[in-house]
Amino acid sequence: MTPPQQPPHGASPGEEPGGEAPPQRERRDPDNPERLYVLTGEDSERAPLDLVTLIVARGEAAPTAQPEHSAVLRLCRTPISVAELSAYLALPFSVVTVVVTELLGSDLVQARAPIVRSALPDRSLLEAVMHGLQKL
Amino acid sequence: MDFKSSDTITGPRSEDVLPHTAAAAVKVVVVGGFGVGKTTMVGSVSEIRPLTTEETMTQAGIGVDDDYGSESKTATTVAMDFGRISISEELVLYLFGTPGQERFWFLWNGLFEGALGAVVLIDTRRLEVSFDVIGRLEERGVPFVVAVNEFPDAPDHGIETLRRALDLEPAVPIMPCDARRRESSRDVLMTLMRYLHSLTATRV
Ligand SMILES: Nc1nc2c(ncn2[C@@H]2O[C@H](COP(=O)(O)OP(=O)(O)OP(=O)(O)O)[C@@H](O)[C@H]2O)c(=O)[nH]1
Ligand SMILES: [Mg+2]
Repeated sequence: MTPPQQPPHGASPGEEPGGEAPPQRERRDPDNPERLYVLTGEDSERAPLDLVTLIVARGEAAPTAQPEHSAVLRLCRTPISVAELSAYLALPFSVVTVVVTELLGSDLVQARAPIVRSALPDRSLLEAVMHGLQKL
Repeated sequence: MDFKSSDTITGPRSEDVLPHTAAAAVKVVVVGGFGVGKTTMVGSVSEIRPLTTEETMTQAGIGVDDDYGSESKTATTVAMDFGRISISEELVLYLFGTPGQERFWFLWNGLFEGALGAVVLIDTRRLEVSFDVIGRLEERGVPFVVAVNEFPDAPDHGIETLRRALDLEPAVPIMPCDARRRESSRDVLMTLMRYLHSLTATRV
């Protein structure tokens, strides 16, 4: 895995331009004990709603709707990410996903899934992002 | 549940609302040790005032011979700053900055798995605070670039010395930046995208 160290470029390794040599990173110990911890209830399964899934309302809240439901519906009249909903509502991400899942179940909102990294990243997607950043 | 009454909720300012055409989002994570400038970077390139999302994480010890009666549980709140850049009418980029204890970031479901890639910000005065996160990204196969946030009194080791000290794979980009400047932070993201693009080109 680890490629051979690159030969030093130019200056000998003893002469550091910034004075003292920087500390050296060691590769991580694969038997790290904190791996014995898991998150309860979440396992390794990916949550169906991502932080950046865009949520869009399809309908109005019933007058009898719970306040969380009405608030989410109000905020997603235009597309908005689950992360933004969590921020504006000051509710933890997992609480917002519960509310959004209920709204999805009753067809009051639509979810637009994010584009996630895959084994073969999409070149045209990356080109679109670069193009957008260029204009910034 | 602790919930603010509906009328006290301030939603996005009208100029911060996404168009109806917004069809999909991508995300990038900014990582690095305490105080390296993550929040600053997210804020400098974001088109919206940076926001914070949080999650409560319950950790249950599943020690070697665990007996359920004595299982210990601890809850931790992990908060993340994030910002947004509209790439086009259809595509939105979200940028997450991860403070706090590093191991919790990696427990946040899908945060790194779904990200296009990561920016590792380093401060050469405290290089070692970024060692752990680099190892974790490598283990999970998350592609990343390294940005050296140039603080005025920070030692300038030179890029190649830093590359060796961080034991980076030869192809991993490493570049200086000033997280306070939008163009500089933008260039870091651009370098990440180019690097991701090069990975698609070299893969057979
Ligand atoms: N000179 C200089 N100062 C910077 C730069 N980036 C950030 N700072 C300053 O460094 C301090 C820490 O920056 P933050 O953005 O809060 O760092 P952080 O990584 O989010 O910190 P934590 O979330 O506490 O881990 C702030 O006072 C910034 O103004 C930079 O590029 N150059
Ligand atoms: Mg911060």
